[in-house]
Amino acid sequence: MQSNVPTAASLTDVVKRYGANTALDHVSLDIEPGKVTALLGPNGAGKTTAISLLLGLAAADAGRVEVLGGTPHALAVRRRVGVMLQSAALPDTLRVGELLRLVCAYYPQPRPLGEVAALAGLGTLLRTPYARLSGGQQRRVQFALAICGNPQLLFLDEPTTGLDLEAREALWQVVRELTAGGCAILLTTHYLEEAEALAQRVAVLVRGRIVSAGTVDEIRGGGVQRRIHCVSTLAAEEVRAWSGVTAATRADRRLEIETAAAEHVVRRLLAADPALSELEVRRTGLAEAFVRITREAA
Amino acid sequence: MRAVTSPLGFDRASAHPAASAAPQRVALARIFLLESYSEFLRLLRAPAFAVPTLAFPLMFYVLFGVLLGSPHASAESARRALASFVVLGTMAPGLFALGIALAIDRERGLLDLKRALPMPRGLYLAAKLSMSMLFAAIVSILLMTIAAAAAGVVLALAQWCLLFVLAVLGVLPFCAIGLLIGALAKASAAPAIANLIYLPMSFLSGLWVPLQFLPHALAALAPLWPSWHLVQLAFAIVGAGDTAGAPGHLLVLGGVAVACAAAARRALSRPR
Repeated sequence: MQSNVPTAASLTDVVKRYGANTALDHVSLDIEPGKVTALLGPNGAGKTTAISLLLGLAAADAGRVEVLGGTPHALAVRRRVGVMLQSAALPDTLRVGELLRLVCAYYPQPRPLGEVAALAGLGTLLRTPYARLSGGQQRRVQFALAICGNPQLLFLDEPTTGLDLEAREALWQVVRELTAGGCAILLTTHYLEEAEALAQRVAVLVRGRIVSAGTVDEIRGGGVQRRIHCVSTLAAEEVRAWSGVTAATRADRRLEIETAAAEHVVRRLLAADPALSELEVRRTGLAEAFVRITREAA
Repeated sequence: MRAVTSPLGFDRASAHPAASAAPQRVALARIFLLESYSEFLRLLRAPAFAVPTLAFPLMFYVLFGVLLGSPHASAESARRALASFVVLGTMAPGLFALGIALAIDRERGLLDLKRALPMPRGLYLAAKLSMSMLFAAIVSILLMTIAAAAAGVVLALAQWCLLFVLAVLGVLPFCAIGLLIGALAKASAAPAIANLIYLPMSFLSGLWVPLQFLPHALAALAPLWPSWHLVQLAFAIVGAGDTAGAPGHLLVLGGVAVACAAAARRALSRPR
């Protein structure tokens, strides 16, 4: 990592305790402009605590919290930050348009209301009371409030929970547009495919410690591991002995092989078993890496 | 290389408001007005607030002050009834608007969101206070209209005005009590707690039944309740009480407001 990259926000050696429980244990994290940084971790790992510190909702017991060159409490800083919290029930009786107009007024250069509504897919819902919206629609309103102020730094805490596929794709598209425009985004999510689709950088938090951090490829293990699935009569023990194969297991009729040399192994498989069918080769994803990392850290 | 201008119309300049030379200007007055308006709509559309605040004082005044009022009642007792119900109408907005709404906002994460959003922190409270005052103003005007039209209450213009001012400013100590409820209580318990303060306190202050009809021990406790002090001021304004105690009553009400507001502030800013 280059040391001269300007950061939009950072935690430096931060400790946060709640009574006897240490929620964050010497955590350092950089959020860079024009990039999505995904903060991953099991429930209770400290993700929401990290966001609370960066939003100025809680104070660190030790270490430094810096946001856009200032402290997160400063009004001038908050005017350049957008936020979508994991759980924030907006007033039930207010209409979508009323909520948007109110939050737009907080910002010095808000987006036009119509643009915000279009980006979040709320065009037809402006007159609907918040309580009458579905869970996914409410989430879209919260996203709209997060982006309405033209933020330079955006916090998205589990943004797509409860969204249908189409709405999720639309939100992803807006996130990509924002980063292309230079916005720094911190994303926490339970959906690893979401982090894979959006994030340039990933940090994995386990029990209050960053156990792994880097680009998505680095976390994934260089992207070299492939997983081969097929229906074959070959014995798993035999395949495991082939060069380049790191693991081979059988589940019923299906053979599962892990390898760094997929092309070579596939060629050999097809030669050894002409009756082989349902061949499938997949790059092992962030999900596998995440499971491995969190298991090793536990 | 990425296109600088995207199909959605973002470009680097618009995504970087602070990077441009334009000064950051936010109209605080506009935020305050929009915040207050939102609060007003929110309260008006919530029956749990609107009914006890707007309907109860009017309904009970019509019932007890106008329909069931004794035809032989003196002009003074009619004025006392008006003063009592104006105070009743003044108690509710602060207790309910701040007590219940703040507890809900706190528990459901809206307070956190407001703190994270670039809203100047004082405006959240200022909007809620101004709306409580507005509701008290509406209730007191309606009560005074009924009093003049149907209950035969006759007052000088200055007395009507002073009673109105008392109603609007009298909201503040009850806002402070509401703030304390909202800062401490669970959202599910806040309405019950607000009612448990509102109803007994108004009864024990002699707002429903004159104090001389209460058991002596209960009547002797009346100076403990802020609403008793407020109604003594209201009695003095309508010429049904003495004015000598006014500074003392104001002092108590101010003290309650400051003490409760300070305690609530402490509870809300407790480090987390």
